[in-house]
Amino acid sequence: MWARVVRLGFWSWGSWRRGFTSKADPQGSGRVTAEVIEHLERLALVDFGSQEAVARLEKAIAFADRLRAVDTDGVEPMESVLEDRCLYLRSDSVVEGNCAEELLQNAHRVVEEYFVAPPGNISLSKQDEQEPFSHN
Amino acid sequence: MAAPMLRWCCLGRRWVLACVDSGSRHGRGAAIGFTSSRKRGQSSVAQQPLITAQKSRKGEHKWAAVVGLEIHAQISSNSKLFSGSQVRFAAPPNSLVSFFDASLPGTLPVLNRRCVEAAVMTGLALSCRINKKSLFDRKHYFYADLPAGYQITQQRLPIAVNGSLAYSVCAGKKPSQVISKTVRIKQIQLEQDSGKSLHDELRSQTLIDLNRAEGQLRVDANISVHHPGEPLGVRTEVKNLNSARFLAKAIDSEIERQIHELENGREILNETRSFDYKLGCTMPMRDKEGKQDYRFMPEPNLPPLLLYDTASLPPGADPQQVINIDWIRERLPDLPSETREKLIQQYGMLPEHSFALLNEVGLLEFFQNVIKETRAEPKKVTSWVLNIFLGFLKQQNLAVNESPVTPTALAELLNLLDRKAISSSAAKQVFEELWRSKGKTPSQIVSEKQLELMQDEEALERVCHTVMEGHPQVVMDMKRGNSRAINKLIGLVRKATLSRADPTVIKEILEKKLSS
Repeated sequence: MWARVVRLGFWSWGSWRRGFTSKADPQGSGRVTAEVIEHLERLALVDFGSQEAVARLEKAIAFADRLRAVDTDGVEPMESVLEDRCLYLRSDSVVEGNCAEELLQNAHRVVEEYFVAPPGNISLSKQDEQEPFSHN
Repeated sequence: MAAPMLRWCCLGRRWVLACVDSGSRHGRGAAIGFTSSRKRGQSSVAQQPLITAQKSRKGEHKWAAVVGLEIHAQISSNSKLFSGSQVRFAAPPNSLVSFFDASLPGTLPVLNRRCVEAAVMTGLALSCRINKKSLFDRKHYFYADLPAGYQITQQRLPIAVNGSLAYSVCAGKKPSQVISKTVRIKQIQLEQDSGKSLHDELRSQTLIDLNRAEGQLRVDANISVHHPGEPLGVRTEVKNLNSARFLAKAIDSEIERQIHELENGREILNETRSFDYKLGCTMPMRDKEGKQDYRFMPEPNLPPLLLYDTASLPPGADPQQVINIDWIRERLPDLPSETREKLIQQYGMLPEHSFALLNEVGLLEFFQNVIKETRAEPKKVTSWVLNIFLGFLKQQNLAVNESPVTPTALAELLNLLDRKAISSSAAKQVFEELWRSKGKTPSQIVSEKQLELMQDEEALERVCHTVMEGHPQVVMDMKRGNSRAINKLIGLVRKATLSRADPTVIKEILEKKLSS
């Protein structure tokens, strides 16, 4: 594993510099369309709210895109940083639970030991209630 | 969590469920709450092309339907998949919930060994390839019963793949017309279940109980139609079907609907639908417009799950921390097909009877207990258990373990019948009485109701003689070879003896008298 990292390290230096300069216009490429923003807002229940936020997203994507400069041909993708660790197996015994009162203290509203949630699925506030922001 | 119930349904039509499932639960119809690491042994099901010839009214090409089932089965374990909370039905709300189950920050999933073993057993029973390395992923979506905002599942690399299940379908009206079919199992995966939500329409709120989701077995069906030879059609998903009967109906009605739409020039939308039991057809689910994007990502808190076999077991490993597939395979109980084969070999049973015995929970055990205690022929026992005993159970909608008649009682009854202490019709009367009044033994009932067969052959002969003398015309008919006449005489003799004579013995005596 260490050897793999070192190898990547060597390659990435060269390509990173190549990659960075080849991305002529970080602003121009990687624009995020309004549809994608809407889609993300619905999926993740976040509110981009302003042009600045979208621009920040685009910069973040460009930053992460620099990973593409690394030549990973023939390299097994890493599944997780834990991939060489042992997955601990717990024995099937009851050791937790029975703390409804404590848990329910976290809830804003409670009905008879049930958490209370709004009906149906969690939805976005309607489009017209949001501040419109331009996206060119 | 219930065991992955490999429940076999020998349905009258064409279906059979392979258990397996995969995860996408998200059926919200009656749903369920979120959370907790429940685990669901799921495996995803296979595709089974079905030919539905019925709708080609314009004489067009035949339609073929393709159906895939996702079956969610809860594993039978003491604690949950990722936490040490208890698994139990009917507990006070949120009492079986740990900090992890409530998705409090800073908590981590810890995998339950028993759940992994159960998944491996299921995979082996369904002839799957067990993946020695499998991975956990997060499937993101928002719902009040899923406090983490994601479900831990196994999307990329599940624990078992490529299996199959052989099943039987009744091909015709006769129970013996049974044909064997196979369905492919695409994969089996371990995943969390959510909690339970109770919708309160009146107060416009939903109550959440994170103990466990409802139902030990849930099925979602994916259905599309196409003309054979052409590419597959757009599929729809029908969610949360909980009984085999409604599953079949829902699938049939969805196939019809799709064919109807397509034949009228319309398109099928890739959507999620639910089955309206009252209308008998599928309806779009409001919440599910547009394709869901689950943003799958590897579960960062769980390393890959590694399984071993005897050959690859690392030496000196802690046995608690390693799972040996071979060890589990050796301890698999008899699969239904093996059990049925043994029944057929051992008792000369008909295949359809072996199916019937295994189709009802507890029935096989009941049958075997009766066999142990009775002298009667296995065929007799089979017939009584499957026809009379099962008939009574079904009539009163009882499970085998709720039966008022014990195996011992039935065994005793069959013994009485076997040594001809009572007639077959008397036996049925006794059975009815056993069913109604607990605690009495068959012998007690027989003597109370005076159902013992007349053992005195001479007395019986005298009765026959009297009856024959009293009905000369019938005797005449009998002499002429009229078979109905002899039955009439038998009936008369039985009445005269208050049903305490064995009809076969009566017949013998009558025939003997006739020929003399």
